[in-house]
Amino acid sequence: MKSSYIIGIVVIAVAIGVIISTAGNASQYVTFSDAVLMAKEGNAAKVHVVGKLKKTSDGKILEEYNPAVNPNLFTFVLIDNNNQEKKVIYRKPKPQDFEKSEQVVIVGSVKNGNFIADEILLKCPSKYQDKKIKE
Amino acid sequence: MVHEAIGNWGHLFVVVSFVAALIAAIGYSYTAYLTEKNKTLTDVLSWKRFSRVVFFVHSFAVFGIVFCLYYIISHHFYEYHYAWSHSSNDLPWYFMLSCFWEGQEGSFLLWIFWQVWLGLILIRVNKTWEAPLLAVFSLVQAFLVSMIIGGAIPGIDIKIGSSPFILLKEYMGNIPVYLSNPDFIPKDGTGLNLLLQNYWMVIHPPTLFLGFASTLVPFSYCIAGLWKKQYSEWIRPALPWALFSALILGVGILMGGYWAYETLNFGGYWNWDPVENAVLVPWLVLIGGIHLMISYKNTKSSLKTAMILIISTFLLVLYSTYLTRSGVLGESSVHSFTDLGLKNQLFLYLVAFVALALVLLIKAWKEIPAIKKELNIYSREFWVFIGALVLCLSAFQIIIPTSIPFFNSILKSLGIDSNMAPPAEQAAFYGKWQIWFAMLVALLSGIGQFFWWKTMDAKKLKKSLYQPIVISLLLSALLILAIDLSGLDSAINSQSHYLFLKLKFILLWTCAIFSIVANAHILWGLLKTNYKLSGGAVAHIGFSILLLGVLFSAGYSKVISLNTTGLLFSKEADESFNTENMLLWRNDPAQMGSYELTYKGKRLQAKDFPGYVDEQKVFQTENPLKGIATEDIYWKGKKYFSKGDTLHIQPKNTYYEVAYKNKKSGEAFTLYPRIQSNPGMGGKIVSPDIRRFWNKDFYTHITSFIEDKDREWSPEKEFTARVGDTLIINDYIAIFKGVEKETALPGVSLGPNDGIIKAHFVLLGKNRQYDLYPRYLVKIEKDEKGRQNILLGQIPEVLPDLGLRVSFLSIHPATETFTFSESTTQKDFIIMKVVEKPLINLLWIGAFIVVLGLLMAISRRYSEFKKMRDKEPDTLPLS
Repeated sequence: MKSSYIIGIVVIAVAIGVIISTAGNASQYVTFSDAVLMAKEGNAAKVHVVGKLKKTSDGKILEEYNPAVNPNLFTFVLIDNNNQEKKVIYRKPKPQDFEKSEQVVIVGSVKNGNFIADEILLKCPSKYQDKKIKE
Repeated sequence: MVHEAIGNWGHLFVVVSFVAALIAAIGYSYTAYLTEKNKTLTDVLSWKRFSRVVFFVHSFAVFGIVFCLYYIISHHFYEYHYAWSHSSNDLPWYFMLSCFWEGQEGSFLLWIFWQVWLGLILIRVNKTWEAPLLAVFSLVQAFLVSMIIGGAIPGIDIKIGSSPFILLKEYMGNIPVYLSNPDFIPKDGTGLNLLLQNYWMVIHPPTLFLGFASTLVPFSYCIAGLWKKQYSEWIRPALPWALFSALILGVGILMGGYWAYETLNFGGYWNWDPVENAVLVPWLVLIGGIHLMISYKNTKSSLKTAMILIISTFLLVLYSTYLTRSGVLGESSVHSFTDLGLKNQLFLYLVAFVALALVLLIKAWKEIPAIKKELNIYSREFWVFIGALVLCLSAFQIIIPTSIPFFNSILKSLGIDSNMAPPAEQAAFYGKWQIWFAMLVALLSGIGQFFWWKTMDAKKLKKSLYQPIVISLLLSALLILAIDLSGLDSAINSQSHYLFLKLKFILLWTCAIFSIVANAHILWGLLKTNYKLSGGAVAHIGFSILLLGVLFSAGYSKVISLNTTGLLFSKEADESFNTENMLLWRNDPAQMGSYELTYKGKRLQAKDFPGYVDEQKVFQTENPLKGIATEDIYWKGKKYFSKGDTLHIQPKNTYYEVAYKNKKSGEAFTLYPRIQSNPGMGGKIVSPDIRRFWNKDFYTHITSFIEDKDREWSPEKEFTARVGDTLIINDYIAIFKGVEKETALPGVSLGPNDGIIKAHFVLLGKNRQYDLYPRYLVKIEKDEKGRQNILLGQIPEVLPDLGLRVSFLSIHPATETFTFSESTTQKDFIIMKVVEKPLINLLWIGAFIVVLGLLMAISRRYSEFKKMRDKEPDTLPLS
């Protein structure tokens, strides 16, 4: 076989490998019910859940953070786009400006009924919307 | 007064530059067409002269736009939306530059500006290729200028571009302010994003955009070559430009990485963010393209692939522009631009050039010279070709996951709902692939050099590779031992699959060392004959050193701030608990590995002061930019401010002083991680502080802290005391030492009859004792009728270390007692993360060497081009 064919085949194989691995490693945007289902099926893949923070009637966010006890544990409640809520455990310090975020994306998976988030992406109000003219 | 004229001029310049670019594109195309048809020389010349003049008009208009926009920003004309939303009064001039390109419109303008210069230089240095080159340039310019034209096609509601010269009033529409006062102009702008208030952000964007702009030059040469059927002649003049582009784009990427390392809080120089990836990919492809161009020059092979790669580089720049500016990336990137509604226009721009390039390439495909001979694995072109392929595969692996949001948007427009998200652990995912590509690139950059400079066969290959292979294996083995001894390996011990990981690391550094040794060997030979030819070897050495820097700083980075409080958390089966952040109470030393850390409090930066000022020594006045020294302020023994002096401070930045002390070696240093706040931008920004050692960086950043305004104070608890009493305040023993009268207090204006009574407590804290001075203020004021009013006030003393506040409430002369009150809150603390990054300096050193190598290559290739150009008889240009 000509060496150029071999090279061609190798290149195509790697390219296909890249695509398959991307598809396989790509995460998904899901709701909490999907995430729970995945956990039940033993699928430990990490997913993205988009939602809003749960607040009490007086506008306070339902959250718990006691840095004096454990600076690496932060929990809160997220309501997903299907209005289902779930406790989220984040094993890092509470992100700055957490309260201000309009929308929260959490990346992780469900374990023992709680969502263990590895990452929290805060969607803060766009700086253009936020800009108000001051007289 | 609204300065309408400057904006009108700006807009006029935009329109002129757009129209001129279009005419120049047509004119230059026609010139090129005429040459092809062998029209008379005068015809060709007059058309060429005409097109050139039109391009000059375009250039002049572009300079006009830049001038107008900068004038508006630097003169604080906040009646313009661009100035209002991107700048503010307190910014120094160099940040005004950053304001200029903070917005999409300004950054397009920067790009256009660079391309004008490149076009002008090309007109000057290469008359032969002027017409087809500038035709492509002008067309690109027309597309780019259309992005800032800011108009709409009448009749149909399609927005074309977004003008930087739009008035705030036009932008905001009928909001109440304008109804009551049509001439309203804001006094101040909303400011520049704090992240961009950094010297790197003054030079990084212009460099990057020059990099983007310069990819147009080799692209235009290639298109011109296809168009004029000069399939191989374009290589020589394009080569120095391709190298220049690789240099500038590479430096731009590195600057971005360095800025991220110093300013952002994700803990490194590369985050695999889509915006970063989208710039790296064209660079990788360009490097592949350059190698094939050089290979073609010497061996007449791989021309087609070289063309494809050079064209792809430019198209990938357009694609990355589309990704970052169309809003497609959405939440998957932290630093894409805000969406200006230019999505369709950007897509058209991309599609137009993809189509143009494809049509030309397909039309010419059969005519492009190619060697039919089978590739010989002992030939140099074979190894260079393989190297370029590996670079392209590496680029492909990066662009595919980066494009997931793009795929989603395509599917969505087809009516298919896709919920695909980027990989959850991006760094690990990309790293898994890229480490193999890195090995191959390092290996090939070494082997390729041997094939390049020597004619090879199986026997010779063995002979010449034998030495470098043995040397690199030896060095690699030594490194394994050194790492074992230095304890670096403990950094990866925690990984479950660590044996495989370690093996990959060993392989990578062996390949990198081999590349360094092999290229050094070649370099040595070249230095003896002609050092001018050694640019490639130098660049390869630099790149492999850079790879080593990446490998060690990322692969062996170690979190030092492990939580060692002794608290045990219940451990789930496979979940290793994240304990990477540690809490430091103020002035309460904590242990971190062999270091003792003390968070000493908040600091401010003051003008004309070399270090940082203790926040507690500065009385904050109503003007946030001014403070008053409440005591003498020293730095390294020298007095800079006396009590009562005014300090010019930057209230946006708070520095948290953290003292490090190595208990073994006794070495001590202080770091000041920073938090920036800008309420207008709605956010806090955490920036690290880095202690640099020759062999490692100590990277410290704050991950959580408590804000003063968020503190909740307990209800005041009153107590009465007599001088000399010993009492308990908030569980601490305190002695009431006495009271005295004070006649002056910085920040408080006192009249002749006013007075301050200062109480003095000594409180025994856990680590030290504190002096507390709660104050009682008596002010006598006369109103208009001459009656005296006595105002009483308290100036409480706050001890952030203990979360304690003591106020002086009243004086009881009869019993010689005094009433105070105490209130408590959480003690002040910060939570921070410290990461050690070994040998990161190799990365920067390697980058410098790559730059040096590229500079050598540019100078060599440019002189080659010049020699050839000047050799050609100075007849009238071909086109």
